[in-house]
Amino acid sequence: MWSWVAHRISGVLIFLFLFAHVLDTALVRVSPDAYNSIMDTYKNPVVGLGETGLVAAVTFHALNGLRVVAVDFWSKGPRHQRQMFWAVVIGFVVLFAPFAIRHLSIVFSH
Amino acid sequence: MTATVEENTEAKPGAVPTFEVTLRIERYNPEVDDAPHFEDYRVTVHGTDRVLDALHQIKWDQDGSLSFRRSCAHGVCGSDAMRINGKNRLACKTLVKDVNPGKPITVEPIKGLPVEKDLIVDMEPFFQAYRDVMPFLVTTGNEPTRERLQSQEDRERFDDTTKCILCAACTTSCPVFWNDGQYFGPQAIVGAHRFIFDSRDDGAAQRLEILNDKEGVWRCRTTFNCTDACPRGIQVTKAIQEVKRALLTNKF
Repeated sequence: MWSWVAHRISGVLIFLFLFAHVLDTALVRVSPDAYNSIMDTYKNPVVGLGETGLVAAVTFHALNGLRVVAVDFWSKGPRHQRQMFWAVVIGFVVLFAPFAIRHLSIVFSH
Repeated sequence: MTATVEENTEAKPGAVPTFEVTLRIERYNPEVDDAPHFEDYRVTVHGTDRVLDALHQIKWDQDGSLSFRRSCAHGVCGSDAMRINGKNRLACKTLVKDVNPGKPITVEPIKGLPVEKDLIVDMEPFFQAYRDVMPFLVTTGNEPTRERLQSQEDRERFDDTTKCILCAACTTSCPVFWNDGQYFGPQAIVGAHRFIFDSRDDGAAQRLEILNDKEGVWRCRTTFNCTDACPRGIQVTKAIQEVKRALLTNKF
């Protein structure tokens, strides 16, 4: 159940990010200067933490999405869903931990 | 005197130790209460006692107004599904010592169905969904003069879903059902699965048509709560996925 809850929450967070992302990227059509000045306002630790959260949400959502596909289309999927969930958790840690260390050290040292 | 008696019972080989436990039961009397509330009961139970035995003790010795369903009391009739410490279980199959008796044990009615009194809920929406999937043998053509024979492998195909006792533990553990009472629910799909994959049955196309509904199998979000809740160990989500795949591939 908690994998499902986390999947939903990460999905909503990614949707909200995409909304802002489409708006700020569209700014480049309005004026490249305006785009650049908006990009500069993003260079602070608060947005840095937000980016970390975004990568966490995308990583979990992608890996758990593969698990859901396996549950739907692989005949042995439902039987192995718990092992696949732990595989998702391990894959998440492997992908996210190095990113978080590197990203946060850059965010807080510059 | 009392001490000697106690010594005797303790010394007796094979004697079952007793302990005190608190049950926090959700009570609701529609004639008096505006909303359900919790009440605590302290009982002394044996290590071999089930939650149902503790409920009996409360009803028989402390508060006769406590209402709950139970019939066979041995995990076969499916009457006493309830939410014990936040999980749907049969009170007659759950030992008190297994549900963390150090803390108060919460006992609530199963969720998603209207509460009638205390732990009794209105099962009608649940049974209606079961009726809707036609849980009976549908055949075409002439009646055979002898039994309808079936190979061992064909019988194995739906063996898991024949174990259902209609206790509603699965359907009322489903977050989709909590939010959308129109959803057929895991149990109805298990009931349909039992006939869809039965080689003697000819009604599979009809049942699949019924479950191909907006409120049918596609509502399932593979949360696996139903599989975890089933007191009979049925792989409920697996059965639902098999019905979904039967709809996609038309193979059943």
